Amino acid sequence: MKKHEQDLIAPEQYELHAAPAYDFSMNRRKFFSVLGSGVAVAFTASNSLGAALTDTSTAPEDQVNAWIHIGEKGNITVYTGKAEVGQNIRTSLAQIVAEELMVPVDRISMVMGDTALTPYDRGTLGSRSIPYMGPQLRKAAATARELLVNMATEQWKADRASLAVADGVVKNIKTGESIAYGGLTKGKELLKPVDDNVQVTPVDRWQVAGTSVPKVNGVSFVTGKHQYVSDMKLPGMLYGKILRAPAYGASLVSVDVSAAKKMKDVTVVHDGDFVGVAAPSPHAAGEALKAIKAEWKTTPQPSRGEIFDYLKQKSGQANGRDSNVKGDVDNAYASADIKIAQTFYIDYIAHAPLEPRAGLAEWKDDKLTVWTGTQRPFGVQEDLQQVFHIPKENIRVIQPDTGSGYGGKHTGEAGIEAARLARDAQKPVKVVWTREEEFTWAYFRPAGVIEVKAGATKDGIVTSWEFHNYNSGGSGIETPYNVASKKIQFHPVDSPLRQGSYRGLAATANVFARESVMNDLAIELKMDPLTFRLKNLTEQRMKDVLEAAAKAFGWNNMKPAQGHGFGIACGTEKGSFVATCAEVAIDNESKEVKVIRAVTAFECGAIINPTHLENQIQGSVIQGLGGALFERIDFKEGKILNPAFSRYRVPRFSDVPIVETVMLNRKDLPSVGAGETPILGIAPAVRNAIANATGKKLYTLPLAPNGVEV
Amino acid sequence: MELLINNKKYTVEPHQDESLLSVLRHQLDLTGSKYGCGEGACGACTVLINGTAVRSCMTKAESAAGKNITTIEGLEKNGKLHPVQQAFLKVDVFQCSYCASGMIMSAVSLLEKNPKPSTQDIMRSMQGNICRCGTHPRIVKAIQEASKV
Ligand code: FES
Ligand code: FES
Repeated sequence: MKKHEQDLIAPEQYELHAAPAYDFSMNRRKFFSVLGSGVAVAFTASNSLGAALTDTSTAPEDQVNAWIHIGEKGNITVYTGKAEVGQNIRTSLAQIVAEELMVPVDRISMVMGDTALTPYDRGTLGSRSIPYMGPQLRKAAATARELLVNMATEQWKADRASLAVADGVVKNIKTGESIAYGGLTKGKELLKPVDDNVQVTPVDRWQVAGTSVPKVNGVSFVTGKHQYVSDMKLPGMLYGKILRAPAYGASLVSVDVSAAKKMKDVTVVHDGDFVGVAAPSPHAAGEALKAIKAEWKTTPQPSRGEIFDYLKQKSGQANGRDSNVKGDVDNAYASADIKIAQTFYIDYIAHAPLEPRAGLAEWKDDKLTVWTGTQRPFGVQEDLQQVFHIPKENIRVIQPDTGSGYGGKHTGEAGIEAARLARDAQKPVKVVWTREEEFTWAYFRPAGVIEVKAGATKDGIVTSWEFHNYNSGGSGIETPYNVASKKIQFHPVDSPLRQGSYRGLAATANVFARESVMNDLAIELKMDPLTFRLKNLTEQRMKDVLEAAAKAFGWNNMKPAQGHGFGIACGTEKGSFVATCAEVAIDNESKEVKVIRAVTAFECGAIINPTHLENQIQGSVIQGLGGALFERIDFKEGKILNPAFSRYRVPRFSDVPIVETVMLNRKDLPSVGAGETPILGIAPAVRNAIANATGKKLYTLPLAPNGVEV
Repeated sequence: MELLINNKKYTVEPHQDESLLSVLRHQLDLTGSKYGCGEGACGACTVLINGTAVRSCMTKAESAAGKNITTIEGLEKNGKLHPVQQAFLKVDVFQCSYCASGMIMSAVSLLEKNPKPSTQDIMRSMQGNICRCGTHPRIVKAIQEASKV
């Protein structure tokens, strides 16, 4: 990871700070033959474009994030290290390029997430693709278009002003001459750096961007033809399986692999704590794994029942970066008219992407190629470099479009494991995690304890705000409401379970606690929760989403039916704004909470693809329902007790309410990411709706895995 | 042992108890059917046996012998997408699409039996299929769309 990138990472993105789980003993001979030759070059993937790079060599390598190439046939290829994991970024980025190059989207091929072909990219995370990669590609495409027009100008000795571009063809309006891009690029080898001052198409003149272009490659997905890593097969490929510890905190005391080694065509690798097998079929690999006798030493580990006390006790010093102290909060609290002091408890939850982790690795001499479903192909390349002690230029990581991530695939475990097995087997090896492995050894959204003390005047002005988060993280911890005195702190903890990024990071927890307390303050004040929020907000964009959601929901002109309740909540992260209104009903018999309707207003600047944005908002709301109502990881003494879809409940069709979205299109504002923030509103909105329906204020996530006793 | 898949005969040698999903994916390279859980709880592996949706991860390959198996690869007829596939494309349903094959196969089975399902019918019959990306409303819409043709 590059130095300055450390600053961009939130403390709760633990998986990005952590070293890979293994450190394979080095092959000294190889080490000296490769690294010993004295080659220590900062070699980025972009170097693979060879001498052509010199034109941009003044630009720091990590700012060269994308390339666009226009071939002799006018074929346009975009190279970006971003990863497609279901957020449909392949489509949005293609739209941006198509817009500037004035071609239909299907003329664009996107080469993504391949360390050998695409420039370095720190990873597809934190909703950064659209706000950062988008503008770069836009400028690159506009620069390319201008370059082509200039070439035509020269070729025709024409006046620049009389040239126009449409559909990949440059036309001279005066003479009627025309030439396609391919005609211009033929036989040329020209490379230019991006022109920072290039004219890009203003949002109100967008024709391709801003429209609902369908998912590119859509057909390959509905026909089952798309090859996810878990589907891939190479000639002679073996299937790998890894010996897992019986619990968190267990270490390997002894292992007997002799029986497995004797099995036909089986490769067994034992390297430090890594024990794995590879065999010609998954069945044979499973048999070999069973034949391994291992003895583990477990250490005392907390169970779910005591996790919140544990986190509180083990919490360290408040993290300076996510700490904000203003005024005298103790005094302000003491003198407030209305006071609330409350503690919230947030469980660990799993991303449970439908495609579990998968990696396929192949060594050819000293060169390693790994295909893996990750949001950070270049990060995995660095991990591989670290664990195998081989130069980065010998490692290629390819990320085919992946069966989703939600922040849960920032790492490359399966790829590393496959590579280790493949090295000994001298054949390609594929490792696909089982659902149980995915539920157990991938990282979780952190559990957390949140303590809030808030005070307000009797006219509904929030005057004091004290907020401590233990373990979840600092994202979304700042309050968007105006408060004179506040103390907001994140206290990191060494988590007993492996934890890391989750869609929206800690904001899912922090916004939940904050919006719950805001709701309860409004109740104490006998004020309408919407009015109360608006009264304490200055940020117009937040007010806009609140009002838009309320209007579409009918907040001001509807009353909940008997046994039903309404709730509202809002949040902001990464430059976008969300507000959700929810209606719930409690089933008389089962006490189960049923969300009837959820209306979410979202604003993320200028909209690039309305359908895909709507899909992201709906998806966030539905995924968020799981964490809101019933998802939680149960564990005892370091062992995960519910590592299966039959025991870990995720939202299904019957859980899905009427999901409505209001998308505010701010054409005057730059587009930012939309894959995370829309998840923030649903949990607190549902919680507040339950309070409205039953008078019961809940303080946990999930809110009601077993229903609500009324 | 022979299996009849997408109107084609395949000779396979499943090991004892091997699931149909495993045979499809590992022996026949028919990887359109996905592994999501291996316990019948997610629907990603759904195929049709004699026209009815089944979870291929819970079906022994042996028990499918002599029956008519259809996988996602067999839906296209003469280069034309099945109307359900077309409807899913039209509605632009998916995000990561990993659930797509299972959703489409389940929908095909539903519409075979109930050509004009209500929203309730759709929700009920798709209950066993998980979409982690939360595209459920679009899936319902696509099935409704397909039921119109
Ligand atoms: S893989 Fe068969 S139902 Fe999940
Ligand atoms: S689209 Fe990703 S699981 Fe359904």
